[in-house]
Amino acid sequence: MSTVNSKEGGVDERRITVTVNGEPRTAEIEPRLLLAHLLRQGLGLTGTHIGCDTTNCGACTVLYDGRPVKSCTMLAVQADGHEVTTVEGLGTPSELDPVQEGFTSEHALQCGFCTPGMMLAAKALITENPDPTEEDVRWGLSGNLCRCTGYQNIVKAVLWAAQKQRAEAAAAGTSDNAVAV
Amino acid sequence: MGHGRMLRKEDARFVRGRGRYVDDLRLPGMLHGAILRSPYAHARITAVDTSAAESHPKVRAVITGETLAGRGLAWMPTLSHDVAAVLATDKVRYQGQEVAFVVAEDRYAARDALSLIEVEYEPLPPVIDARRALDPDAPLIRDEIDGRTDNHVFDWEAGDAAATDAVFAAAEHVSGCDLLYPRVHPAPLETCGIVADADRISGKLTVHATTQAPHTHRMLYARIAGIPEHKIRIVAPDIGGGFGNKVGMYPGYLCAVVGSVLTGSPVKWTEDRSENLMSTSFARDYHMHGEIAATRDGRILGLRVRVLADHGAFNGTAQPSKFPAGFFTIFTGSYDVAAAHCRVTGVYTNKAPGGVAYACSFRITEASYLVERLVDVLCHDLGLDPAEVRMRNLLRPEQFPYACATGWEYDSGDYPRTLALALEMAGYDELRREQARRRAAYAETGRGELLGVGISFFTEAVGAGPRRTMDIMGLGMADGAELRVHPTGTAVLRVSCMSQGQGHETTFAQIVAEELGVSPDDVELVQGDTDQTPFGLGTYGSRSTPVSGAAAVMVARKVRERARIVAAAMLEVSADDLEWHKGRWQVAGDPAAGATMAQIALAAHSDLELPDGVEGHLDASCVYNPPNLTYPFGAYICVVDVDPGTGQVKVRRFVAVDDCGVRINPMIVEGQVHGGLADGIGMALMELMAFDDDGNHLGASFMDYLLPTSMECPSWELGETVTPSPHHPIGAKGVGESATVGSPAAVVNAVLDAIGVRHADMPLTPAHVWRAVQGRPIRPDLAIR
Repeated sequence: MSTVNSKEGGVDERRITVTVNGEPRTAEIEPRLLLAHLLRQGLGLTGTHIGCDTTNCGACTVLYDGRPVKSCTMLAVQADGHEVTTVEGLGTPSELDPVQEGFTSEHALQCGFCTPGMMLAAKALITENPDPTEEDVRWGLSGNLCRCTGYQNIVKAVLWAAQKQRAEAAAAGTSDNAVAV
Repeated sequence: MGHGRMLRKEDARFVRGRGRYVDDLRLPGMLHGAILRSPYAHARITAVDTSAAESHPKVRAVITGETLAGRGLAWMPTLSHDVAAVLATDKVRYQGQEVAFVVAEDRYAARDALSLIEVEYEPLPPVIDARRALDPDAPLIRDEIDGRTDNHVFDWEAGDAAATDAVFAAAEHVSGCDLLYPRVHPAPLETCGIVADADRISGKLTVHATTQAPHTHRMLYARIAGIPEHKIRIVAPDIGGGFGNKVGMYPGYLCAVVGSVLTGSPVKWTEDRSENLMSTSFARDYHMHGEIAATRDGRILGLRVRVLADHGAFNGTAQPSKFPAGFFTIFTGSYDVAAAHCRVTGVYTNKAPGGVAYACSFRITEASYLVERLVDVLCHDLGLDPAEVRMRNLLRPEQFPYACATGWEYDSGDYPRTLALALEMAGYDELRREQARRRAAYAETGRGELLGVGISFFTEAVGAGPRRTMDIMGLGMADGAELRVHPTGTAVLRVSCMSQGQGHETTFAQIVAEELGVSPDDVELVQGDTDQTPFGLGTYGSRSTPVSGAAAVMVARKVRERARIVAAAMLEVSADDLEWHKGRWQVAGDPAAGATMAQIALAAHSDLELPDGVEGHLDASCVYNPPNLTYPFGAYICVVDVDPGTGQVKVRRFVAVDDCGVRINPMIVEGQVHGGLADGIGMALMELMAFDDDGNHLGASFMDYLLPTSMECPSWELGETVTPSPHHPIGAKGVGESATVGSPAAVVNAVLDAIGVRHADMPLTPAHVWRAVQGRPIRPDLAIR
């Protein structure tokens, strides 16, 4: 367990423990600190990005107990006792998650700024719905803005990842529904 | 070996969250800056009290216009030979303008302290409507300039006015139309930011910033701040999209530098989205009156255009110095037009500066939109089919190189073939039949959706540009490249352009790999660091492939020629006896005798005896001064379903055939096109920077400034033709901005085609379309009230 003092405030600091990418992390933070800032500044997990100030863009999307949330619109204290997955915990350093593989092989990223949030939203999507249609994917990712790709290759990447995940699940002898994050 | 579909090298770090963008950087002792902004569009500043902010326990410095004025830094030069306020001293000239800068120990404290600064304003009447800017009683925005009495920025014209007037006087038919290309914003997902580190001991300034033009920025810092250029290092790390937003200098950058100088610590400044939309470079805002002269059967004879350009409060437009309206004069588009003339008038208004941004290729978005809209207006007026009229008027392949009426020399093109392919892909004739059926059903029942088909055929001009005519602040638009082959045959290429997602790390490696006969995996690109890369102008205007790409080819060919000499020494033959074959220099007539680049590289670093004058090692540098621009082109067809009862537009299909000459990496080209097509849907249907009469910015967040999501974009249908650029060393043309330039007109033409309306301005939101259907006026430049 590591302890971080984010130094983002001086008064009324609260001690929280959040399990981030499987590792419990303890921080002393101001109640007003946004989860996105805790992840980026406090924990140095800079894959989570900030693209707006009104909760529209989704570049800060992380998984909160397995569900996608916009971490710019959650206080870090709300994550106390919960599990957060960021892009850094999506695959392992040596082995990419199928979503990461799909984004690479289908050229679903350019500047890369929306990519972490987009991939986590996609991960949640195909976990919930392992065999989505194109329309399902477009709807599922409509909370995530991208300025570079025009979305089409992202849609292809998610369908690619879903298929790979289904194949892996089948090979492991489990049902589609048992695919875990 | 080199060119062709190749997955991107960049992706490995980006998909792992290991990109390194400006706001990811953290230096020891780093402080955080925040900007206090004007709530008024136009107001005199009578007092600024920073004492409470300075007392905040975490605040380390508060910088005001007076602080900067004491150092001669309150104003900075712009890329258009104007000046812009860094922090306001006398008055504020747009809402969101920078008034004070706080440096504090963390970003929350810096923002807390902003509310502790007291500024007294004396509101002044603002100029919001550009069409009122030159009225005799219009408030004077730039009263700090001695002798200035109006809001006029420039007049500029191109073409032959007399010849054009003669063509119009004699023409059988003239159609005219007022068109507004509304103010929009490039809105890269990553906003602008900087980490400035002024080292007091070495006197060196290191800047990590979101800049598309690091070397130009180095010169700007030297000029503005008086720091010797060799003591300035600009590093552009990974950039989360640029789209022209990150070309120029912004006050926040300079304030961070001053903050670092004052505190002795690195200072980070990252703007919020609302700040990005309110204060950084907008795009477009051209009020155009276009006229098109033609025969009754649709043969285009002439074009005459008058433009009123809203430049905001400071003329900060980024374009080559001699082109105050950019390359707008290419407005004759893809047609053989006998005579053309345009006059552009720039005016100041109480809005943020900018104008050239958002993949506009220096105002070609405006030019292309104008002509493609005018052709459809002409077809509307004469009852002609827009596909037929375009096909009849397109330049023919044998006319290239083609000198257009306003002086541009198009390099190459086969336009009819490209349009024919797009029409075939779209099934144009069947679409028209479906449209007729839908119209008949609507006429009968008053219900149902209407179908619209919109065509845009554009010609781009990218790759600025020839040093003789094109410069940015006196810096000729040539770009350097340096290539070094290591003893084991791998290579490092250093270039002056700067990717913001366009895939340069991959495609530039492919270019060198193709020329040297090595694997792209063995070529590493260095970009963005002015201490490491050769001088050049940066990435914008789709100029990377035309200029830096050409430089990469030429420097690789220099290395290849040096390798030939080394190989001759290795093989003990004359260099004249060697021929280049599949990545080897080999003896003509004896292919077994030869050497690969890796073998030659090792020999070049060894004790091999080389001819006199050959220094050994395997490296070279070059500067590429392009002989001309490249002129990519494309045929776009948009198909929309419009509900006339609600004004809702659904883009059903979008067919895009692009010709950018030789495609270095087709996968990356297609991604560039996809992104630009989404821009076109955004601008045509959703995006608008609106202002109310008081100058309040009504589009300053993503709540109001709407960008297309995955739901608004269709699955793009791409096609390609290949017409190489004859003057480019590998025949490649730029392409990055083509789709943003070409697509808005296709969408607008489609929507208006559906509802049978002659013209309505963008954005064609449901409200605007509904009003257009009702025949009601639309003023998208101002808020609907």
